[in-house]
Amino acid sequence: MKLTVTGNVKEYADGLTVAKLIELEKVETPMYVTVSVNDEFIASGTFEETVLKEGDSIEFLYFMGGGQR
Amino acid sequence: MLLSNEQMERYSRHIILSEVGAKGQKKIIDAKVLIIGAGGLGAPAALYLAAAGVGTIGIVDADNVDLSNLQRQIIHTTPDVGKAKVLSAQETMNAVNPHITVNTYHEFVEASNIMDLIAGYDFILDGTDNFPAKFLINDACVLAKKPFSHAGIIRFKGQLMTYVPGKGPCYRCVFREPPPPEAVPTCRQAGVIGAMGGVIGSLQAMEAIKYIIGKGDLLTGFLLTYDALKMDFRKVKLPKVSSCAVCGDNPSILKPFDYEQAACKL
Ligand SMILES: [Zn+2]
Repeated sequence: MKLTVTGNVKEYADGLTVAKLIELEKVETPMYVTVSVNDEFIASGTFEETVLKEGDSIEFLYFMGGGQR
Repeated sequence: MLLSNEQMERYSRHIILSEVGAKGQKKIIDAKVLIIGAGGLGAPAALYLAAAGVGTIGIVDADNVDLSNLQRQIIHTTPDVGKAKVLSAQETMNAVNPHITVNTYHEFVEASNIMDLIAGYDFILDGTDNFPAKFLINDACVLAKKPFSHAGIIRFKGQLMTYVPGKGPCYRCVFREPPPPEAVPTCRQAGVIGAMGGVIGSLQAMEAIKYIIGKGDLLTGFLLTYDALKMDFRKVKLPKVSSCAVCGDNPSILKPFDYEQAACKL
């Protein structure tokens, strides 16, 4: 199936979960990433059970703290 | 009050813009912006806002200038090492534009002082480097109904979003609560390209100016992310979260509070 991951369309295996996608995409600090699917946030405790489907658009949002010191 | 000849000339490149004009410049001169953190983000933002003629600019920072700051914090110069950042920033800003008032607050933002600090300002810039401060600024601005610009930078990446009361999500809608200390790298541990502060801090100044003159679209409901290595800017849509603890329908956060972890123990 085709998914749009951070703006790029790629082919993935059917039945992929958000948790598995985080692993495949080598997301940094996976424990603390915010994930949206089709512009809705996915609760952090439900990554394992959230199954993606054809055409979904996924974004990863990261804590970014620097800027002062 | 009309603009003086000196002001007409100083701000001529603003005034010639149809979106600004003398009327918009007057709004800029009458505006009050608070910049929290006179570092990588706050330095370029403060310089551009001072040069633009923002009439009252507050700077909050408890630190002194360190030699390792000068690679990116362009408001401070080598002779300023050891000086309070707020004073160093004030001197540079007034050298660029002697007509503006720079208020200095040589302190950390905390639950006990944040409401008083932001009260007199129209727009707030978050240029802090730690999550407890970022959440504190968010909560205080939501509670006080103040618009603010959030930003963060690390390595070759940066991001920002703008909160406007009643329009779109807040920082806590997206990130909920601070990560544990050390869970997410800081600039001190991970490094950052100096120009990243220039890119993202200047975008924060741009959001403040647009808010002041009331033109264009702000980054409300979007997180702008910048990856310098890929030279990629993206606007990621953010939903508003009705269950948000501070801006949601039944908020549990009714006054600002400090998180236990040290502001920045590194
Ligand atoms: Zn919120």
